[in-house]
Amino acid sequence: MAVIKTQNVTKVYNPDTIPVHALNGINIEITQGEFTAIVGPSGSGKTTLLNIIGGLDNPTDGYIEVGGQDISKLSDNELIEFRKNNIGFVFQAYNLIPVMTAKENVEFVMLLQNRPQAERDQRVKELMEAVGIGDKMDKRPSQLSGGQQQRVAVARALAPKPHFILADEPTANLDSKSTANLLDIMADLNQKENITFVFSTHDQRVIDRARRVITIDDGLVISDETR
Amino acid sequence: MSTIFKLAWRNIWRNKRRTLITIGSILFAVLFAIFMQSVQRGAWGKIMNDVVNFYFGYGQIHTKGYWDEQSINKAFEPTDQLQKLEVEGENINAFVPRLESYALAAFRQNSTGVLVVGTHPEREAAMTNLGDRIIEGEYFQTGDKAVVVASGVAENLEIGVGDTLVLVSQGYHGANAAGKYPVKGLVKFGSPDLNKQMVYLPLAVAQKFYGAENKLTSLAIHLKDKEELESTMSFLKSELDTAQTYEVMDWERMMPELVQAREVDAVGGYIILFILYVIITFGIFGTILMMTKEREYEMGVLLSIGMKRQQMGIMIWLEIVMLGMLGALSGMVAVLPFVYYFYRNPVDFGKFSDDMKAAYERFGFEPIFPTALDWSVFWTQAIIVVIITCILAIYPLLKIRKLKPVEAMRG
Ligand SMILES: Nc1ncnc2c1ncn2[C@@H]1O[C@H](COP(=O)(O)OP(=O)(O)O)[C@@H](O)[C@H]1O
Ligand SMILES: [Mg+2]
Repeated sequence: MAVIKTQNVTKVYNPDTIPVHALNGINIEITQGEFTAIVGPSGSGKTTLLNIIGGLDNPTDGYIEVGGQDISKLSDNELIEFRKNNIGFVFQAYNLIPVMTAKENVEFVMLLQNRPQAERDQRVKELMEAVGIGDKMDKRPSQLSGGQQQRVAVARALAPKPHFILADEPTANLDSKSTANLLDIMADLNQKENITFVFSTHDQRVIDRARRVITIDDGLVISDETR
Repeated sequence: MSTIFKLAWRNIWRNKRRTLITIGSILFAVLFAIFMQSVQRGAWGKIMNDVVNFYFGYGQIHTKGYWDEQSINKAFEPTDQLQKLEVEGENINAFVPRLESYALAAFRQNSTGVLVVGTHPEREAAMTNLGDRIIEGEYFQTGDKAVVVASGVAENLEIGVGDTLVLVSQGYHGANAAGKYPVKGLVKFGSPDLNKQMVYLPLAVAQKFYGAENKLTSLAIHLKDKEELESTMSFLKSELDTAQTYEVMDWERMMPELVQAREVDAVGGYIILFILYVIITFGIFGTILMMTKEREYEMGVLLSIGMKRQQMGIMIWLEIVMLGMLGALSGMVAVLPFVYYFYRNPVDFGKFSDDMKAAYERFGFEPIFPTALDWSVFWTQAIIVVIITCILAIYPLLKIRKLKPVEAMRG
């Protein structure tokens, strides 16, 4: 079953001044359990595509279906609600809220969902252990390394049990050891828990770990291979 | 909700330096504002109190039209009704009956114009503490046929205790008035003007002197509780025939210039406070601008992961309002010792400036002022600051309303 489906998605920035055609008709389908990399040089439209799939931005034209729901017509508030319950985000950096501890960061979305305390505690513990930093619960982001912060971000993205995780160049700011480590964790979660990951990158070592590689350039899909 | 509160609290302290500077500036503003208002209130409170207590009382009853004319011909007889009201008025301690008019005072070669006040010695003392002003000799009593003279009058006439003062005037309805009275005591007033013209006689002696047997020009009202002034005034007005016969005036109506002077001074104070708060407003707004700007990315993340704009708005609003409250509270606490100190140790402004001393004495007071220890001054200023921050805190709300996660996070 397709968790994500796009049809002729286009995005034009600044249509009234100096138009930038970031996406020029994207048609992709992503099914449950994929471990997929969106690949392309800088400026090719990766971030734009992930933002639109994640309901952070509206397409100029086209149709997007997430979990069977057309999200191109949702209002701003509906989108916020939709993101909270359906999509986990991992950004390139500064994912975490600096005034919260690692535990609180992971717990936060569940708090917004009004999940009971016991459930939250258990899930946070589970997730923090799954990403290998169960001992860093009470540390603030500033006390964690870049790699540890990204792992907390993955745990946070997973906390509300989303349909899938969107990660925009999650390893861009990491050294190769932390990169490998984060990918191990993601691949592990993907295999054991069947969690769908869609991540963008232009790092060959990351591309090598993906099972499906969608390459885009100039806002168009130029190749799509599953290994 | 408690999460939002906790976050807001932690956010306040993420930039300690800036927070402390902001709180400090609010603290200073509140401290200054409260202190200024307390000094002003205290001074005016004292002035009003002095004026009211040294002579006028909080209110008076006269024949209708007396206050404008101040003529002894408008004297009236204390009726049974008036005596009944004195007893019935819940908050009336007593009426102080007076007969007042101008006269020429002479001793040997010297003479001077004086205000002769015939009054009930004991009641007068109870209301205006005239007895406590004695600096030489003794205070008089009912039944004495003696005069108490202000020290300035005594100086002018070169008269002393035991000497005999001659008074000459025109009495009730043009009767001749003349009398000789031994000086029993000298009283001193802070105001040189008063000090140069007050002469007191026991009421019956004055009535005889002016040929106004059993007549009064005024009944000064000695209140039990000055807070009940208004209700007492309306009680008297409702009981007495104020259309034809009597006028019932409170001190504000008797001395409109004083009330006006206080208002002018208050307006001056408000202008200074207004300028102060405008400056503070810009200061707080600067902090808010910086705070909003540097948190944009983070707000983008929060929106992305599903925090509602409303929740985020409440958080930031709380931050700013708490900042304002912290500043206001610390200002209140910081100013307290100052206000209290000057409440207990009134400042003698005469020491600093002879001009000021002269100016105040012209109005009849010693320029020694305590601060007012009035909680309403404290919380009024605190509330103003909190209201300012509440309003300023709308700015980030407007920002948040328009915030797009993608744009916020593009940096
Ligand atoms: N908000 C924006 N306004 C204008 N142009 C934008 C905006 N965001 C992205 N772009 C442009 O759109 C194109 C695609 O950008 P992006 O999706 O960020 O690419 P990538 O993530 O692959 O580097 C680029 O040319 C970029 O400059
Ligand atoms: Mg990008």
